[in-house]
Amino acid sequence: MSYDRAITVFSPDGHLFQVEYAMEAVRRGSTAIGVRGVDCVVLAVERRALAKLQDPRTIRKIVKVDSRCTLAFAGLTADARVLIQKARVEAQSYRLTCEDAPSMEYLARYIARTQQKYTQRGGVRPFGIATLLAGFSDDETGGKPVLYQTDPAGTHSSWKAQVIGGRNAKSLREFLEKGYEESMAETAAVKLAVQALLEVVDSGAKNMEVCVVRKNETIFMEESALDEVVKQIEVEAGDKKGTTPAVAPVV
Amino acid sequence: MDTVLGISFDGGVIVAADQTNARSILIYQHHLDKVAPLTSHSVLGCSGPNADFVNFSEYVAKNMALYEVTNDMKLSTNAQANFCRGTLAQALRKGPYQVNVLLGGWDETTGGTLYFMDYLAAMQKVNFGAQGYASNFCLSIFDKEWKANMTEEEALLVIDHCISELQERFLISQPNFMVKVVNKQGVRVVKQGADPVENS
Repeated sequence: MSYDRAITVFSPDGHLFQVEYAMEAVRRGSTAIGVRGVDCVVLAVERRALAKLQDPRTIRKIVKVDSRCTLAFAGLTADARVLIQKARVEAQSYRLTCEDAPSMEYLARYIARTQQKYTQRGGVRPFGIATLLAGFSDDETGGKPVLYQTDPAGTHSSWKAQVIGGRNAKSLREFLEKGYEESMAETAAVKLAVQALLEVVDSGAKNMEVCVVRKNETIFMEESALDEVVKQIEVEAGDKKGTTPAVAPVV
Repeated sequence: MDTVLGISFDGGVIVAADQTNARSILIYQHHLDKVAPLTSHSVLGCSGPNADFVNFSEYVAKNMALYEVTNDMKLSTNAQANFCRGTLAQALRKGPYQVNVLLGGWDETTGGTLYFMDYLAAMQKVNFGAQGYASNFCLSIFDKEWKANMTEEEALLVIDHCISELQERFLISQPNFMVKVVNKQGVRVVKQGADPVENS
């Protein structure tokens, strides 16, 4: 078995099937949504129903790459672990060499470059994950929130709001396009992210994980706070439909 | 020529070092900070050539940060010290780091702990320590004045005593000292002879 033969090769009509299959693997993963506000980035991920005997705290879909960059992924969890570790080591290595934290763009470029390498090397298959990177750009360029996405092909791009993973990514993206406003405050950005997620998950804070990346800190929302947001969204949705819950009609 | 001093007290450690950056007969700087931060709750006081000190302390510090972000937890002082010692040992028969260090840290379970390491990768947990010629002057002071469960103030007085002794009796002039305390609140500069920040 020689390991010098590439697995990802062109098809006669110019497709890289392995890359496309990897993207399919991403679609099978659970949904992850990122929304960029005026002073924060919100990452919201679907928490798929676990086996009763499983400890939910060991499933982490939103992780820290370094003190300034937070990452959410969709796709094969094992592949994600490997890629995230590479990114973490690179972040520290950059700090060691350059005495400065790497920019978000640098990290996105690094992760994308790594994913691309695995489409053009002998004996390996592409990573079956797409990532959403949340953080803040350098202070010189204004210290603004940024959201980057990478995919199995190895491309990276910056987004105002994006969704990866899950079968309904396309319709969710349209939902985000309709609901997105420029310069959203944190509460509005959280609300939009949770609203979008509620389109694909059952209602309830325990089916989702929401993380808010602020300039100087990253916080994971408590279940109780998240429940509040979900309730508020449902009440407003109920009002729109013309029914008010919790009030029994008087006969 | 460098002086590094360390002392543990009830609730933390103090690590101090002189601030002279010199080689042979030339003094490059008077404001070098030789007590390098490792994590939020530990420092590494280093003596030796500037290149080795910077390379070694930065390499260790970045690896500490990598561990924290990978495992979502901090390394204990004991683990950090053993990592340092391992790094010194691995490099010893390849391209040794010519550094003698005192690693001082605080963690929840063991409080303040101090580790003495030399360039040959020998390591020992100690209550107090000194690197360099300073040990000839200061170990006897530490021996006499260190007590178990000292307070931070008492420990600072002992460090002051050591520094005055050096400035009185040590041939090499070391006018500036950097003194840092590591306790539950983290790392804090108690006293510095000169501001380490470059005046450009």
